[in-house]
Formats: sequence, C-alpha cells, structure tokens
Amino acid sequence: MLRYSLKRLLSLILSLAVASAVIFAVIEVAPGDPASFMLGVNAQADTVAALQAELGLDQSKLQRYLSWVSGMLGGDFGTSYTYRTPVAEMIADRLWVSLPLALFALTLSTLIAFPAGIYAASRRGRAGDSAVMGATQLGVAIPNFWFAMILVLIFAINLRWFSAGGFSGWDNGLLAGMRSLTLPAIALALPQAAILTRVMRSSLLDILGEDFMRTARAKGLSRRQALWRHGLRNAMIPVLTIIGLQFSFLLAGAIIIEQVFYLPGLGRLVFQAISSRDLIVVESVVMLLVFAVITVNFAVDLAYAAVDPRLRSRT
Amino acid sequence: MNRNLILGAGLSSLVLLAAFLSFVWTPFDHAVLNIPAKLQPPNGTHLLGTDHFGRDLLSMIMVGARTSLAVALVAVGIGMGVGVPLGLSAAAAKGSWLDELIMRGNDLIFAFPSLVIAILITAVFGAGAVNAIIAIGIFNIPVFARISRGAALSLWEREFILAARVAGKTRARISAEHILPNIANLLIVQGTIQFSLGILAEAGLSYVGLGAQPPVPSWGRMLADAQTMVSFAPHLALVPGCAIILTVLGLNLLGDGLRDWLDPKLRVARA
Repeated sequence: MLRYSLKRLLSLILSLAVASAVIFAVIEVAPGDPASFMLGVNAQADTVAALQAELGLDQSKLQRYLSWVSGMLGGDFGTSYTYRTPVAEMIADRLWVSLPLALFALTLSTLIAFPAGIYAASRRGRAGDSAVMGATQLGVAIPNFWFAMILVLIFAINLRWFSAGGFSGWDNGLLAGMRSLTLPAIALALPQAAILTRVMRSSLLDILGEDFMRTARAKGLSRRQALWRHGLRNAMIPVLTIIGLQFSFLLAGAIIIEQVFYLPGLGRLVFQAISSRDLIVVESVVMLLVFAVITVNFAVDLAYAAVDPRLRSRT
Repeated sequence: MNRNLILGAGLSSLVLLAAFLSFVWTPFDHAVLNIPAKLQPPNGTHLLGTDHFGRDLLSMIMVGARTSLAVALVAVGIGMGVGVPLGLSAAAAKGSWLDELIMRGNDLIFAFPSLVIAILITAVFGAGAVNAIIAIGIFNIPVFARISRGAALSLWEREFILAARVAGKTRARISAEHILPNIANLLIVQGTIQFSLGILAEAGLSYVGLGAQPPVPSWGRMLADAQTMVSFAPHLALVPGCAIILTVLGLNLLGDGLRDWLDPKLRVARA
C-alpha cells in the first residue's frame, strides 16, 4: 500500500506541475500586455515600463512561471491587476460561498440518490423502478441553470419562500446563509442526484447477483435483510468513487449556477476577471479548480486501493 | 425494436428536421424585430410566443437548433477524431511508454472540466461558438481515448487478432482493419451520449456568455436573455428550456436504445 501511495503521490505532483505549466502557457498566449491595458492607450512608454516592473512582467517567462508556482505553494497567488489586492484573499472570500454551495449540493444529491437508488434496485423491473429510472432520465436532461430559473420563478417570485438571488453572508447567521444557498444547491444537485441514483441502482443490482448474496438468502435472511447487511456495504465502492468525482464537478458547475442567483462566488469572480482582463485572477481560479479535481481523484484512488487490495497491483 | 430506440430516434429526428428546415423556411424571420408584438404568450400567430423584441420564438428555436447541433456534433468529431486513434495506439502498445504517456495525458485533460477550458480560451481569445466547440471537443478526447483503449485491449487477446498477427499484419493495420470495426458500436453509443452532453455544455457556455455571441441565436443565450423577464413572461424561459431537455432526452434515449439494439448478447436473448 505504501509503494502504491508513493507512486500515486508522484504522479499527483507531476500532474499538478504539468497542469500549472499548461495554464500558464495558455494565459501567456493572450494578446496584449496587462500593464498597457490597465493604463489605457494614451499611456507613456516609461509609465508602462514602470508598471511592468512593478507587476513583475519584465522578467523572463520561466522566471515568472517559477515565481507564480512557488508563490502559490506558499499561499501567495499574486496581486490582482484590477483591484490591487492579493488574489489569494479574493479567492478565499469567494470560496466561502462556492465551497459551502458545492458541499450543500453534494449532501443533497447523496440524500436523494441513496434512497432512490436502493428503492429502484429493490423493485427491479417493477413500476417503482421504471418510475425512478424515468425520473433520472429527465434529471440528466435538464440543464441545471434552467432548473435554477424555474426554482426562482416558483419559490422566490410566486411563493416568496426564498430570495431570488444574492447572498446574505455568513455574518447574519448560519441559517440565513444556508437559506440563500438552498435554491442554488437544489438546482446544482438535481442532475448529480440523477446520475448517482443510476450508479447506486446498477451497483446494487450487480451485488444482488453475487454468490455471497445467495448464501445470505440461503441462510434464511429476507431479501431486505440481505440487502441491508451485505449488499449495501459492497455496493458502496463505485458509489463513493462517483461522489468523489462529483465534488469537483459541483465546484466547477457552481460557477454557472452562481450567475443565476447573483452569488458572489468563484464564478462571478472569474467572469469579472475575464471582462476586465485580470488574467492573474483567471489563472489562479482555474489552477485552483484543476487542483481540486486532481487531488480529489488522488484521494478517491487511495481510498479505493485501501478498500480493494487488488487495485494496488493493477497500475 | 425497443421503446427507447423509437422514442429517442423520433425526438432526435424532430430536432434535426427543425434545424435543417430552418435553412429554407421558418414561420417568421428570426432576426426581424417587431416591438409592437413583443412578449406575446404562445398564440395562433406565434405558436411559441414572442420575445422582448417581438421576435418569433419558434423561429429562433429552429435556428438555435443549428447552433446547438453544430457545436455538439463538431465537438464529438474532435473527441472521436483525436481520442480514438490515441486510445487504439495505447492499446496496441500496451504497457509501453507510449501507452503510459497517452493515458497520463488523458488523466491530465480530464482534470480540466469543459467549463474551465472554455474560461481559459475565452480569457485569451475572447468568446465565441468556435471556442465552445474547442472546449467541449478537448473535453471529449479522453472520453473516447479511454473507451477505445479499454475495448481494444480485450480484443487484442482474441484469436482472430492473433491470426492477423501471424499473417504478418502490423499493429497499426490490425488496429485499423480489425479492432476499429469491432468497437464501432461502442463508439456510436458513446458518441450519442457525448453529443447530448455537448448540447448541455453548449447551452451552459452560451448562457454565461462564453459560447455563441449575438446575433447568432442559441438556446443558452435565449435563456440568459429570459432571466430578467421570467416573472412576467415565463414562456421565454420555458420554450428554450424544453427544447434543450427534449433534445438531450431524445439523444440519451437513442444512446440507450442503440446500446441494447447493437449488443449481440441482448440480441440473442431476444431471438
């Protein structure tokens, strides 16, 4: 297990290094120089040069890449070109919205998918199963931002149970904060719940056909008892993998949902940064999202290998 | 024939028909503004109503179908065109440095969700439908590379491949002549699924302004425009939303149906 973990850790570091190089290289291709963009077309050449020196833009590309990466390792993401504030602070502020939103959505999707998947698997081929599977077909076909608009129309505009957008902040209490994130989290959770329900169902159905399940039934356990005591635990492995993967997609997906609800999260930060050509912010947010995907995958791989020793030898 | 296949093929052909028909005929000109007729709910003249500029929604949906289908189709093409040869080469060179390089490269691309790629591209080159195509296309590459490698690996163990090797065929020729035709079914099914995911991704990117730009009509943009008016003109959101849902649903059902239909094991079971 130790050897496997070290090998995976090495590949994690390598992936992060290559990913950061790719992101840096793509942003480097961007036409125009941030310093002249900030100062406008009428700026004097020496003013531009001074600002370039201040922003560190006069260094070589390799130097800038290395200082960017080493800065990030120490928690310093550089300074925003537009706001002149540390990017790390801006991102941290926004993460207080995006991260709870993604976690909230993940919890909801799991809470919906588990009972639905178990129910469908236990009713295989019957009306209940068809109903759940039909609902999941619809769930994966609905764009979450459209679903978000419909939720606003029903629960914010017509019923007035929630606000149509904006974020009250965590200073007004946990409940108020959760309230502003409820509709966004539901919208974000829906397609993920549909996918997870399908995985849960098929994973359980695979397990139900196994010999040890037949043995459990032969020992006198009812179908339900066998399912709860032996089936679920074994069916959880693929389900947990998908939950892990979903987290990173929820974080990225939150970017679009934040637009619907005018939430001050990473999404709004990145779109504002794009329109003001604050490329250092774009670069850092993208790196953060990619970092999340890569490390979550790493954690899932390790957890998987810890549960199933056969996987360690395979790679 | 199964129910999914019929329903899926029906829905998909309907959307395809609407897209093609829009080249020669739409009920109204989708670009002509008619302010006096603005924000009409669905009625006899405008079957799906009109938007805040008085444009006919049905015509806009028909023309928008072109954008959605074209973006998703080209993106699947990029994914297949690059991903399948990569996957086949990796399988043919199983265990070698080439296999390792291709698969690690795949893992790397997988870490960039299509939205993130789109954000990067847009930050550098500006927004547009072509960028959406590239972003979704790049995201499709590892999907096809993985699936074709996985399927090809099990085929390389088979006797008819051994026979081809004994006959002196090179690995590249075997991949093209024997492996590819045998995994074509799988690729078609996956292609259908990626196509539907592409439609969703295009709508999302256009919605946040990273996809097709005005005046090119697109379903995602229509939804973005509808957002501020949804309280007094809900049809502005419902119409494009339903167009997206029906298209994606149709393609997913088509994929499921094709998988069942093309799977020889299930076909024997039916006979």
